[in-house]
Amino acid sequence: MPDPMIEAHGLHKRYGDHVAVRDVSLVVPAGHIVGVLGPNGAGKSTTVRMLTTMTRPDAGRGHVGGYDIVAEPARVRRVIGVTGQDASLDVLLTGTQNLVMIGELSRLSRRRARARAAELLERFDLADAGDRLVKTYSGGMRRRLDLAASLVTRPPVLFLDEPTTGLDPTSRQQMWDVIRELVADGTTVLLTTQYLEEADALADSISVIDRGEVIAEGTARELKARIGGEQLTVTLTAAHQGAVFALAPLATGPVQVADGGRRLTAPVEARNGLATAAIRALDAAGVDVDDVEIHRPTLDDVFFALTGRPAGARGTGGPAAPPASSGSPGSSAPELLEVRP
Amino acid sequence: MTVTTTAPDPVRPGGPAAATDPGTDHAGEPGRVRRAAEWLRDVVVLTRRNLLHVRREPMQMSDATVQPVLFTALFVYLLGGSMALPGGGSYTDFAIGGLVTMNLTTAALGTSVGLSSDLETGVIDRFRTLPMARSAILAGRTLADLLASALCATIVVLTGLAVGWRPDNGVAGVVAGLAVAVLFAYAFSWFCAILGLTSRDPESAQGLGMVIVFPLAFVSSCFVPTQGLPTVLRVIAEWNPTSAVAASCRELFGNPNPAALTDTFAARHPLFLALAWSVAIVAVCAPIASRLQRRRITE
Repeated sequence: MPDPMIEAHGLHKRYGDHVAVRDVSLVVPAGHIVGVLGPNGAGKSTTVRMLTTMTRPDAGRGHVGGYDIVAEPARVRRVIGVTGQDASLDVLLTGTQNLVMIGELSRLSRRRARARAAELLERFDLADAGDRLVKTYSGGMRRRLDLAASLVTRPPVLFLDEPTTGLDPTSRQQMWDVIRELVADGTTVLLTTQYLEEADALADSISVIDRGEVIAEGTARELKARIGGEQLTVTLTAAHQGAVFALAPLATGPVQVADGGRRLTAPVEARNGLATAAIRALDAAGVDVDDVEIHRPTLDDVFFALTGRPAGARGTGGPAAPPASSGSPGSSAPELLEVRP
Repeated sequence: MTVTTTAPDPVRPGGPAAATDPGTDHAGEPGRVRRAAEWLRDVVVLTRRNLLHVRREPMQMSDATVQPVLFTALFVYLLGGSMALPGGGSYTDFAIGGLVTMNLTTAALGTSVGLSSDLETGVIDRFRTLPMARSAILAGRTLADLLASALCATIVVLTGLAVGWRPDNGVAGVVAGLAVAVLFAYAFSWFCAILGLTSRDPESAQGLGMVIVFPLAFVSSCFVPTQGLPTVLRVIAEWNPTSAVAASCRELFGNPNPAALTDTFAARHPLFLALAWSVAIVAVCAPIASRLQRRRITE
């Protein structure tokens, strides 16, 4: 395995009483793309801010391109490109002026900066808009320019903090294509995202982060394997005590309950008549069923299995909740109920 | 993992051009001369960027161009007819030194508004990830405002000449007077930088700045001789830095300066006071502004 280009060990950051990042460790090998997946406020951006030298960690160590993020921030800045969640552009300058300015501030000569700007505008389909003020750009155009801005010096390490949040499907697809091209050219990428299918589509491996902690790591395949094969999801008309026990004999793993007892999820082995069997079992227990679904597990299911909450949902426990341990999936989620068959 | 001056380049062999780009330097610490040159270039790039902003923001542009014309005409025609100066002389001749000072002082507010807008938008985040000198952000900001001040001062002078102002000390006197005023405006923009760095948003920076700048510019000898003021206001006005700057301009322009008739230290040494104020403001405000900036951009 090649040397890691991004390495974080036990990064920790608190803002006042709020712990934004707790003991986060990550490794991104050269030429790989690692996805950091988590809901809003999980600590993804803070992790990126520390690794890109924007914010100093309170504890822990990090190296990017072999340079220490705390001791050698200036060197780190020479090997990274960063595309933030909010497009960090100067809206009162034109697209060209933005890229030339960034090139010059990155120590390119004015001539080279101009040439590079023209090249990037062409590549990102912005050549016609190059002389327009950025404040007249659409959201998708701004994101493309922002990504172009982070590529001015052809950095070997790229941080993409939610690069497609808020983009329409076409723009997102374009962004994915560009990211794949960059990785094919050998760029190392750390990508944060709230979109499970985005991490699935792009990342070689995924770190799932929740409430400032990494709660699972692995490839998309490994993460999916953690919750078994097919997934049965049942939505009840109303919560019912007998539902879990009715489903348990059909499941190959723990039955999980969410949504106040109305939603039940369990790994199952696909076979003919499974849905009928599930409904019969529930009906026999006197449970009313609104919906039954059997599907291949998605990363949504993984997140649910790990945290006991759907991705994007706020924790129910609040600050006083015990920290989620990173052991067996879902072992500490407060509203989780496990029944082994 | 510790990197010494001969650190191996982290870029993959045969990798991207950043490693071979003559404009970038991965190996070795750049020398002091090289670092100074790079810092200067960062300042120039950011200054140019800030001047583009001035050109594109109608408010900032008008602060530097329309406002000076408007105020000059207003004061000269509105107050000029009814104002008798102690010691005689024309109000128009008296007013231009004050108008230069007042316009430059209010235009310095552009520093707070500009910095505050930069912090509010994401562009500072971008700067933070670039291998540029972070101190160039403030230096570029105040330098751009210095150039805007020079433009503003020139417009006051041209308007003044159009409405009948006559400096008796020739071009050299005018240039010397403007230099004192622009120096003060530069110093004051460091104070405005503190306002910009401590404000929540550009609007509150502007609002707070107005509350400070208007008394500063008006409780002074900028527009009226201090002799007629009530005692408390007169003492404040006499020691007000803008009075010292306005009086210095009048002395250097060769225009009537009624303050010279009063016998206080402040009135007798306006030039010394103007320069001392400017130096003191920079000495106090520049380090504070730099610290605030570092804190706001490293959290």
